[in-house]
Amino acid sequence: MIGALIVMWIGFNIMSGGTFLTARNLWNLTVQTSVVAIMATGMVLIIVTRNIDLSVGSALAAIGMAMALLQTEILPDIFGIGHPAIWIISLAAGIAMGAVIGGLQGAIVAYVGVPSFIVTLGGLLVWRGVAWWMASGRTIAPMDKTFQIFGGGARGTIGGTWTWIIGIAACIGIIVLLVSRRRQRIKFGFTPRPMWAEIGIGAVASAVVLGAVAVINSYPMPELLARKYAEENGIAWPEGGLTIAQGLAAPVLVAIVVALIMQFVATRTRYGRYVYAIGGNPEAAELAGVKTRWTIVKTFMLMGVLVAIAAAVLIARLNAATSGMGQLSELYVIAAAVIGGTSLAGGVGTVPGAVLGALVMQSLISGMVLMGVDAPLQDIVVGIVLIAAVALDSFYQRKAV
Amino acid sequence: MNNIRVAFGGVHAVDDVSVNLFPGEVVALVGGNGAGKTTLIKTLSGAHKADSGQIRIDGQDVTIDNPRDAKAMGIETIYQTLALAENIDAPGNMFLGRELKTRWGTLDDSAMESETRKVMARLNPKFTNLKVPVKSLSGGQRQSVAIAKAVYYNARIIIMDEPTAALGPAETTQVGELIKQLKSEGIGIFLISHDIHDVFDLADRISVVLQGKLVGTVNKDDVTMDDVLGMIIVGKLPSDVTQTERDHLHG
Repeated sequence: MIGALIVMWIGFNIMSGGTFLTARNLWNLTVQTSVVAIMATGMVLIIVTRNIDLSVGSALAAIGMAMALLQTEILPDIFGIGHPAIWIISLAAGIAMGAVIGGLQGAIVAYVGVPSFIVTLGGLLVWRGVAWWMASGRTIAPMDKTFQIFGGGARGTIGGTWTWIIGIAACIGIIVLLVSRRRQRIKFGFTPRPMWAEIGIGAVASAVVLGAVAVINSYPMPELLARKYAEENGIAWPEGGLTIAQGLAAPVLVAIVVALIMQFVATRTRYGRYVYAIGGNPEAAELAGVKTRWTIVKTFMLMGVLVAIAAAVLIARLNAATSGMGQLSELYVIAAAVIGGTSLAGGVGTVPGAVLGALVMQSLISGMVLMGVDAPLQDIVVGIVLIAAVALDSFYQRKAV
Repeated sequence: MNNIRVAFGGVHAVDDVSVNLFPGEVVALVGGNGAGKTTLIKTLSGAHKADSGQIRIDGQDVTIDNPRDAKAMGIETIYQTLALAENIDAPGNMFLGRELKTRWGTLDDSAMESETRKVMARLNPKFTNLKVPVKSLSGGQRQSVAIAKAVYYNARIIIMDEPTAALGPAETTQVGELIKQLKSEGIGIFLISHDIHDVFDLADRISVVLQGKLVGTVNKDDVTMDDVLGMIIVGKLPSDVTQTERDHLHG
């Protein structure tokens, strides 16, 4: 997967005349990937339990619309425009709404026994209708000033220094993790990996993190924004212009945090173990005493919460909510999970895989845009890549058996 | 288990069957396909609810609504299908539903692996690649995982549904040894088997079911294999089988 990504990046870079592998394009790529990546981390678990969620695009619109209406038309009348309670309440309400939508669909799947394909196909129509109904099809804008930070944009970046701090913290985290794993293995009398391998893994991982930070930080603010920033912070505008690193954008930061939490949930908690057990053999999970139905409901609720987070990022980035937003994104999210190695037969799939899958797909789209490929042809290529990814996967599976 | 009844729709899969099991005893349940052996045993393991009848343990009435209840009472089951999650490794399967946790509340994979190693050292010392998904293991190794799952938890009653159906001769002997060892530890075992030789090797008493009804329970030492086959096919106790039926059985 990583190999495919590197080949693709280099290929696009050559074909687009060196514009693909620029700090600017890669920075934009990370921002564009985040909405799909956030949802794909949840879709993995849904698919692992042998279910599917087709409603995420429509639920995204409904939740986004609700959050937008709250912060533009309802809450300002109570607190006054710009009150800090506004963004907190709208975000919390959106997340709660996501959990309710997911819980409802999950309960129908798990307790009533309607296949998730049907339940969420219904949801796809229902939530789209709800999104339109809430504002009679109007576009709701602009978002609360603080809320806009979730979308990245002018004020939604953390700056070069903080990006370095986060990068270094990540490296320390990697080392701590490696050391504690090693200690754990020694404690239980297992043979640990050889020391050179441990150091090698740590070094490569840290180099990748720091390299990514360096790339992100080498994309400076556009001049207009930099001027504004200089004015606000009382910095004199020098002759040759000012280079200020924007650093990580908020949507990317949100996506990274979501992915880390989801990876933890999937691999280190009982709930995560049950999700995989249900996918591997639902009957065995039930006989082992796992509350399989409740686990499915929880998985759909988690998906709903992630949809709400993605909706917050999207409306903040667009600085508007429309009833048409998120259309077809269910398919992109499923495609990201599948390209990332999730098996539709259930039981197999990883969170990092899904994030990579989202990155692969966005790279594909972004590369074709840079090369000036027409939109219809882009769809054709993405469709073919999806089929090819699954075909390759089943080919390897057959070989493995 | 007294007067257990289980019906699916109008069909009585198990009809008024009573069996009992003492500590350190192996009771074999035999009968043709669809006779109701597995259904009967599933009421004890919590996979099915009985429509009527009682289950008593140490003379106490108990209710078993789901597999969790059964496990809480020390009833462990090895299913014919093994009931393993194919995509998860051996320790993950062994501790499924009862995972060990670290003090942070996260899964303690190292502890689970270490415990699994200890159990495997006893059950199947040659099986050491514990960290691969169960689906890539051999039949015998998978069987060991399923058995380890049952014997690890100080069970009082172990139900074995066709424990040797998928095994080669060497592994079958190994399971036989294990059953004898568990017996000597005072564990009661319900053994479901098609293999009449296995049954005579391992069981103390034999209960025969036919079309959901109990034909009878006999002591192994009081009967011959032919007697038991007669019970399975004709559905009568050896003493009730007429000479014509006996001749008929022998062709």
